Amino acid sequence: MVKKISELRADFPILDQTVNGEPLVYLDNAASSQKPKQVIQKLVDYYEHDNANVHRGVHTLSQRATQAYEATRDKVKRLINAPSEREVVYTKGTTEAINWIARGYAQKILKPGDEIVLSYAEHHSNIVPWQQVCEQTGAKLVYLDLNKRGQVELADAKQKIGQKTKLVSLAQVSNVLGALNPIKEIAELAHANQAIMVVDGAQSVPHMPVDVQALDIDFLAFSGHKMLGPTGTGILWGKRELLELMSPLDFGGEMIDFVELDHSTFKEVPWKFEGGTQNIAGVIGLGEAIDYLLSIGLDQIQAHEQALMADVLPKLQQIEGFELYGSPDPKDHLGIISFNLAGLHPHDTATVLDMEGVAVRAGHHCAQPMMRKLGVPATARASFYLYNTQEDADKLVDALQKTREFFK
Amino acid sequence: MSLSSLDNLYRQMILEHANQPHHHGNLPTADKQIELRNPTCGDVLELAVKLDDSGKIADVAFSGTGCTISQASASMMTDEVIGKTPAQVAEMVEAFSEMITAKTDKDYEKLLGDAVVLEGVAQFPARIKCATLAWKAIYQALQEGGHEHE
Ligand SMILES: Cc1ncc(COP(=O)(O)O)c(C=O)c1O
Repeated sequence: MVKKISELRADFPILDQTVNGEPLVYLDNAASSQKPKQVIQKLVDYYEHDNANVHRGVHTLSQRATQAYEATRDKVKRLINAPSEREVVYTKGTTEAINWIARGYAQKILKPGDEIVLSYAEHHSNIVPWQQVCEQTGAKLVYLDLNKRGQVELADAKQKIGQKTKLVSLAQVSNVLGALNPIKEIAELAHANQAIMVVDGAQSVPHMPVDVQALDIDFLAFSGHKMLGPTGTGILWGKRELLELMSPLDFGGEMIDFVELDHSTFKEVPWKFEGGTQNIAGVIGLGEAIDYLLSIGLDQIQAHEQALMADVLPKLQQIEGFELYGSPDPKDHLGIISFNLAGLHPHDTATVLDMEGVAVRAGHHCAQPMMRKLGVPATARASFYLYNTQEDADKLVDALQKTREFFK
Repeated sequence: MSLSSLDNLYRQMILEHANQPHHHGNLPTADKQIELRNPTCGDVLELAVKLDDSGKIADVAFSGTGCTISQASASMMTDEVIGKTPAQVAEMVEAFSEMITAKTDKDYEKLLGDAVVLEGVAQFPARIKCATLAWKAIYQALQEGGHEHE
C-alpha cells in the first residue's frame, strides 16, 4: 500500500495537538522525529504479547521475541542495501556506533603520526570520539573546509587525504547546513590511500536513499529515533571483514560463546558486539519504522522535502534581516535550514516561534566548531520531515514575520 | 495564542537593558574575573569585579554573547550589586533564583530592585538558564574567587 504524503499525517497522533493555543508545527526533526501509530502500536503489542529475553530460552515467548528482534537486521539490510544482515549491529544510536568504531577498530590500528580526516561541519559525536582515540594513539585530526554550498570540497580533500590518512569520517548530510557531501568521491579518495571511510548517516538515512555498496563505504552509523523509530536505537553497519577485526566494547552476557575461568570466546559478528540485554522492544519498533519508510519510499520522502525547501526558502529569504547559513540554493538543503534574524539571538526567536506553536531548535546543534566557522555563537534551525506540509512551511514564515514585528 | 503573553517575558525595561546594557565592557583593574558558559546554547559571559577597601563591590563589568534575557539580566545584575558586600550579593543571587523557579511571598523587589521585572521568566522554563547565568557568575566570582588578580 503506497500512501500519499498528504495522507500520512493522520498516522502521527502527536501532531494533532495545540501548543500555546496554536496547532503544533513540529520542525525539530533533525533532533528527533515523531513516531507513527504503527511504531507505537508495535511496542504495545510486543509488551502485551511477546515480551521475553532474546537468545536465551526454548520457551515460546523467547522464540518470538528473538525472531522479531533479529528480523530488524534484515529490514536494515534492505534499507541501506547492505550485502548481509550479519553486518548490521544494533546500538543506542549514532553516538554509540561512532564510539565503537573509534575504540573497537581505529584505536587498534592507529599509530603516532597517522591522520584522521573530518570536516568542520561534524556533529560533536563525530569529533569527540576521534579526539579520544588521538589521545590514546598519537594520531592527529585534520579538518576539511566547506565550500559556499556547505559541502566538503573535493579539491581540498585531495590536498588533505594522503598517505598518512588512515581513516576519513564525514556526515553525509550536515545537521546544521543540511548540505549533502560527495561521499562516493571521498570514499574513492580514501581507498586510493588505503584509508577507511566512515559515514555518519544520522541526517541522511532518514531522508534519502542510501546505498552502502554504491557509495562503497566501510562503516555507516545512524540513529533510529530520527527516522520514526524509538529512542535508544541505532545502527552500526560495517563491512564484514572490518567488523571481524573490530573488538567488542561491552563484555558480558549474550556476546560470549564459552566462558572459562580466565578467558572467553565471543560470538560471531554481529552478536559479539551486543553484550547484555539489548533494547529489544526498541529494535522491534525500529523494524516497524523501517517498514513504514520503505512503504512510502525514501525517494518519495526526499522529493517531498525537496519540494518544501524549494517553496519555503525563497519566502524565508524575503523576510527582513533573514540570515541564512549555507547555500542559497534549496537543492543544497536536505530538509534543514539554519538561520538567524538580524540583531536577534536565536533563543529569542525560538521562544516567539514556540508561542506560535512552531517548534524549532536554537543553539549550537552539537557542532561548536561549525558555529565558530560561521562566526556565530548559535543559530535557529528548522528541520522538516515527511509529515510536514506546505501549511507548516507557511506558518514558519508567518511566525518569523511576527517575530520581526515583536522586536521592532 | 496572541503574542501578548510574551509581553510578560519581554517587558519594556528588559528590552531596553538588552539593547543598551549597563556596565558592558571590561575592567582593567579588576580584582576578580570569571568566564561562564551556558553549555546548552554556547553563550559566553565574562564578568570582572572590582572591590573597594571594605570588600564591597566598587565596580563590575560584563561582556560576551547571549540572548535578550541573558544580556538584560546581566545588565540589571550589575546595576544592583554595586555597593553590596559579597554576603549581600549571595543573598540576592539566591533570591533571584528562587523568584524564577519557586517564588514565595518574599519582598523580592527590596532585595533585587529593578531586576524583579525578570520574574516573568518563570513562565518560560526553557529560558531560566539564560536569566540566571550572570547571577551565577557574580556568585562564583565572589565566593569561589574567580581568578584573583594581583
Ligand atoms: C549528524 C549527526 N550525527 C550524530 C548525531 C547524534 O545522534 P544520537 O544523539 O542519536 O547518537 C546527530 C544527532 O543529534 C546528528 O545530527
